[in-house]
Amino acid sequence: MAKEEVVLMKGNEAIAHAAIRYGVDGYFGYPITPQSEVLETLTEIQPWNTTGMVVLQAESEVAAINMVYGGAGTGKKVMTSSSSPGISLKQEGISYIAGAELPCLIVNVMRGGPGLGTIQPSQADYFQTVKGGGHGDYRLITLAPASVQEMADFVGLGFELAFKYRNPVMMLADGVVGQMMEKLVLPAQQERLTDEEVVARCPWASTGKTKDRKPNIITSLELQPNIMEQKNISFQEKYKIIEQAEVRYEELFCEDAELIIVAFGAMARISQKAIEMAREEGIKVGLIRPITLWPFPTQIISDYANKVKGFLSVELNAGQMVEDVRLAVNGRVKVEHFGRLGGIVPDPDEIVEALKEHFI
Amino acid sequence: MDIIDIIKPENLVYKKPDLLNDNDMHYCPGCSHGVVHKLVAEVIDEMGLTDKAVGISPVGCAVFIYNYIDIDWQEAAHGRAPALASAIKRLWPSRLVFTYQGDGDLACIGTAETIHALNRGENITIIFINNAIYGMTGGQMAPTTLMGMATATCPTGRQVELHGYPLKMTEIAAQLEGTAYVTRQSVHTVGAIRKAKRAIKKAFENSMNGAGSNLVEIVSTCSAGWKMTPVEANKWMVENMFPYYPLGDLKDKSKELNK
Repeated sequence: MAKEEVVLMKGNEAIAHAAIRYGVDGYFGYPITPQSEVLETLTEIQPWNTTGMVVLQAESEVAAINMVYGGAGTGKKVMTSSSSPGISLKQEGISYIAGAELPCLIVNVMRGGPGLGTIQPSQADYFQTVKGGGHGDYRLITLAPASVQEMADFVGLGFELAFKYRNPVMMLADGVVGQMMEKLVLPAQQERLTDEEVVARCPWASTGKTKDRKPNIITSLELQPNIMEQKNISFQEKYKIIEQAEVRYEELFCEDAELIIVAFGAMARISQKAIEMAREEGIKVGLIRPITLWPFPTQIISDYANKVKGFLSVELNAGQMVEDVRLAVNGRVKVEHFGRLGGIVPDPDEIVEALKEHFI
Repeated sequence: MDIIDIIKPENLVYKKPDLLNDNDMHYCPGCSHGVVHKLVAEVIDEMGLTDKAVGISPVGCAVFIYNYIDIDWQEAAHGRAPALASAIKRLWPSRLVFTYQGDGDLACIGTAETIHALNRGENITIIFINNAIYGMTGGQMAPTTLMGMATATCPTGRQVELHGYPLKMTEIAAQLEGTAYVTRQSVHTVGAIRKAKRAIKKAFENSMNGAGSNLVEIVSTCSAGWKMTPVEANKWMVENMFPYYPLGDLKDKSKELNK
């Protein structure tokens, strides 16, 4: 059994190792740049020989997410990963999983779009992930890793939240975090649950009807509108609880800040350097890094809106998260956006320039 | 003899399978689904697999099969049932995992999932109801709609120039290395029902024995979609469907091994 160890690897590889070590039961995926290392690493390690984890290369992203739907309906810890165009294909399945209230982990290592776009990093799937994506009123708990360590940690956290709320969790990473190599601590090997433990933990799962219970039916279908409305209301009540209990963010240099950068994933890392450079020039800038994009850290941003002169939302897109920052600020101070598009990752000095242009 | 004297337990020669509950079925008069549901319930019951069975229902008329057969079910997105089944069987190898799909679900929107699950040799069974029409949505053209057959979306009849040819998915399945047993059956006579039941049983046995994947097509009627009486629909099926979709085993690896 693997012990906790310090390693150097890519973010995508860290996801694969973490999946095995957190006792995941099944991974279903389809190759797409820049996240193919997840499937490649798993098939190299062959965890089916050690932990018994199932790894299957599906015929499409559509099939992969529906394999996750099937596996999740039986109470097993199942996941998939892909990148933007593949995640678009998964949206139907994600909506069904949300509608059937099943736990699972989906990883999106974002690349530039729209369409086939580019294989270079992007954060342009923010709207798709936190505002909808698939059809219907549902929410994805969305974790945004900013380091290779978090790529591994959020596999564990993702499943914890997914099972706590019976809700799909999206790890919204960008191509930078997927491809960069960093030192990280891999957790010690956790044992996978036995079939009996899965049945005990998930009495709702469709694992074969025993004499002591009624059939378990996994479905998102309900043709009676009054019952369907009640189902939707109960989803919204669950989402409210998640919004109250699961907001996660990191706050850096905010105590004396006059301006605050809001950035997630790789852009939070680059913004950190930009903040150091700005402070050398006497511009007091802080950073709020949302770790959960949904639920969004609205309150902390709202609190700082009473103290600072303005916010700059730094994103690898044309301005998506900035809308949530504006909602939190609600017109009290200036909120601007800085972003590069199409797979271009900005240098820190570009962010400093944007701060000066908008606020100084 | 009075009726009261006849209906005694000791005179019982046939009964509804225990797994088939008393919910009123939503199927139209003359529809084949009811008979096939009964066969599925009987076979699971007789094989003693109730606590091991996980069925995947499709999008189509049989979407509510879970309301009628008292086992665990998952309701798939349109066409995706074989993907769900593949994962479930791999995660729970001791379970009986099967899908129940119509022609639109299996042979049109789910063609990729069907072919790849069968070709991987997943130890599952696919029960394929082919009535050559989309019943649930009101009788539109299916991939298996016969040439010249009129539907809501080919009102003057299916034409090659506009719609191409009816798809023989079962013949395709028989060519795939991963399939163990591929057969085409019907349930329009007592004899046919008995054969269909034996086919489902063989497919389920293969699934449990790890022999590979199994496809049982049931050429079926849709009297409402075909706009016929149940009797007319059966007659039309025999005269028109069977020549294009001939009944019988297309592949049986267990027999090949015995040769």
